[in-house]
Amino acid sequence: MGRFQVKKQDTFIDMTPMSDVMVLLLTFFMLTATFTKEEPVAVNVPGSVSEIKIPESNLMTIFVSPAGKVYMVMDNPTRQKDMAMELIDADMLDLNAKELEAFANVPTFGTPLNTIKSWVNMEGPKRNEILTKSPDAGIPCDSVNDELKEWVKAARKACGENMRIAIKADKTTPYKTIKNVMNSLRSIDESRYNLITTLKSGE
Amino acid sequence: MARKGGSKQKKMNARVDFTPMVDMIMLLVTFFMLCTTLLKPQTMEITMPSDKDDIKQENKSQVQTDEAITIIIDKDNKIYYFEGKQHEAKLQETAYGKEGIRKVLLKKNLNAAQKVAKLKTEMQAKFTSNPLQAEKNKQYYKEQLSKIKNADGTPTAIIKPSDASTYVNLIDVLDEMQNCYIGKYVIDKVNDTDRAMVKEQLGRDLE
Repeated sequence: MGRFQVKKQDTFIDMTPMSDVMVLLLTFFMLTATFTKEEPVAVNVPGSVSEIKIPESNLMTIFVSPAGKVYMVMDNPTRQKDMAMELIDADMLDLNAKELEAFANVPTFGTPLNTIKSWVNMEGPKRNEILTKSPDAGIPCDSVNDELKEWVKAARKACGENMRIAIKADKTTPYKTIKNVMNSLRSIDESRYNLITTLKSGE
Repeated sequence: MARKGGSKQKKMNARVDFTPMVDMIMLLVTFFMLCTTLLKPQTMEITMPSDKDDIKQENKSQVQTDEAITIIIDKDNKIYYFEGKQHEAKLQETAYGKEGIRKVLLKKNLNAAQKVAKLKTEMQAKFTSNPLQAEKNKQYYKEQLSKIKNADGTPTAIIKPSDASTYVNLIDVLDEMQNCYIGKYVIDKVNDTDRAMVKEQLGRDLE
């Protein structure tokens, strides 16, 4: 009987090239990864034609929310700790060793100096809630009470001359707050800083 | 073929199943892809005058000339400008963008704009694929550009944002400084004279 022989098909697919490519991709992404820091409020940064890239390290960002609240972001926990220590030495901040360690690891901070202690002692989600919702959140930086000045001074002491200051603000942030920030930077002779923007496609 | 002896060697399957590994790697790749920010944000470098009084006085006398153009930024995306000295100037209203403030500034800075255009054609003629030479050209271009921008006779811009204006307004105006090759500009506060001027000539209250 002429029986037709069904060829047995091999269902095993060779995954090696695929896994090769995958590992390559993975390595690429792992090496180029720079994680975005957690920010309390989303900001929509204005576009500009400027093509200067932001410095990679030793950067202190002053973060201004659309509502005009001022926060600070440091790029390195060790430096954040050094900065806090400067303030403790100047008797402006009162934190014990454990609180200092906790403070060094917060991504963003921005409450008046006298409430930092209680703020650090809160749980993570509660901290963010205070930053975003509380009416007293934000580093005071008006002419009456200028704490931003003290923070920047301490940061400059802790991070040295090479520290760059950047201002990151939302499109709709009123100029009034920006003016206050600029004034307090000017009052401590920090006259060079960067304004963070995104790339705007040419017109 | 005759088999020797009775020992049957079992044929081992040399293939290893890669599927779980690929699964895991896919997951990791997805994670890193979503978490990275490949595009670094741009930045604008700005140098503000220091607070010291002597510098301030000097700056003020310098900018109060016919070559100055003062830009006042008001709320609701309104923008005004006047040229030269304040007491004899006429305040004009304009808009943001290509047809508005840029036209005004380019007209004011026509000399520099022409020079830059000339420089650009010169650079195009010099175009090479040699990366070393290209780097040199770029350096040369930058030097020339800053020379043109800061040459004598180029206008000085005084930017006065009012409290009610927004950050994007300020950035837009600073951007125009770059677009129009203005090397000398300052950010100043709105004072009472400016308020009176806006009130008198345009009938608006400046905050």
